Amino acid sequence: MIVADKKPIEEIIDMVKDFKKLLIVGCNECVTVCEAGGKKEVGILASALRMYFMNEGKKVDIDEITLERQCDHEYLEELRNNIDQYDAVLSLACGVGVQFMAEKYFGTPVFPGVNTCFMGVTEERGVWSERCQGCGQCMLGKTAGICPISRCAKRLLNGPCGGSTKGKCEINKDLDCAWQLIIDRLKELGRLDDYEEIIPIKDWSTERAGGPRKVVREDVRL
Amino acid sequence: MRLNYPGTIRVVRVPCTGKVDVLHILRAFEKGADGVYIVGCLEGDCRFENGNLRARKRVEQAGEILKAIGIGGDRVKMYNLSSGEGTKFAEFAVEMTEKIKELGPNPLKKAKEKMAA
Repeated sequence: MIVADKKPIEEIIDMVKDFKKLLIVGCNECVTVCEAGGKKEVGILASALRMYFMNEGKKVDIDEITLERQCDHEYLEELRNNIDQYDAVLSLACGVGVQFMAEKYFGTPVFPGVNTCFMGVTEERGVWSERCQGCGQCMLGKTAGICPISRCAKRLLNGPCGGSTKGKCEINKDLDCAWQLIIDRLKELGRLDDYEEIIPIKDWSTERAGGPRKVVREDVRL
Repeated sequence: MRLNYPGTIRVVRVPCTGKVDVLHILRAFEKGADGVYIVGCLEGDCRFENGNLRARKRVEQAGEILKAIGIGGDRVKMYNLSSGEGTKFAEFAVEMTEKIKELGPNPLKKAKEKMAA
């Protein structure tokens, strides 16, 4: 899922303080799971903002809604008939949802209510960590299902480097060396021969370095 | 026991303090409560294992939010006792009431009056 983190409420207040009618829009997908932008977080933020503005003596109307997703037309369209009555929208979706909202409702200011962080997993309740950088050319088949692009600090394709000590990375003693994990798992799978194979230079043009990306699937296009 | 505790307190019963959410606490303030305190079982003695620990975290979160928006983080507090400690329940009620008296009423009340005027 896409993992997001809460934005400090002071920062949010600063963004929306000049508006009189505000819509807070949550998203029922990833940000709900990582407890940053779901229905509950929308309720908490709306309550906090209402109290803040009231305490400041400002009359600000705040409405709440949580959409199934904010990265698809059909769900964002649910706002079509009401969006014009708001001065601004505060979206608690990831950066994708915020942007899609801004594209769709061109005349309405849209602000982000969370900090979008990465694509990752829930390690345990309250702990999320990165697993994928969307490089566009998955090589997990060669690396025992452990991604050196997202989990090695140097994104080494043939590791480990000299900074790997006792299975940990030199940038942080709590961070596992991805290549140590790869070797350990290849050993467990009896596939250490894979490790001997040198991985050639990767084509980074499918990664972000090649500019904004797009997937066009003619087979499913209507 | 027939213990007395301040009559200003409104008791909201929940099956476990783990049921209490940040939003419940915030809504209470939004509706004009001067303070909110949660009384849970002793830590380590939760029948549902960690309901009271969840409640503590939520009280902390609510406190941070209330502080950030200028209502005051000290207006919310977590207490723990065992179900046999009725005297403690009354003591906590007195302690919290005195603390809230010190802090004064919920600032939103004044703000509401001002806006209505």
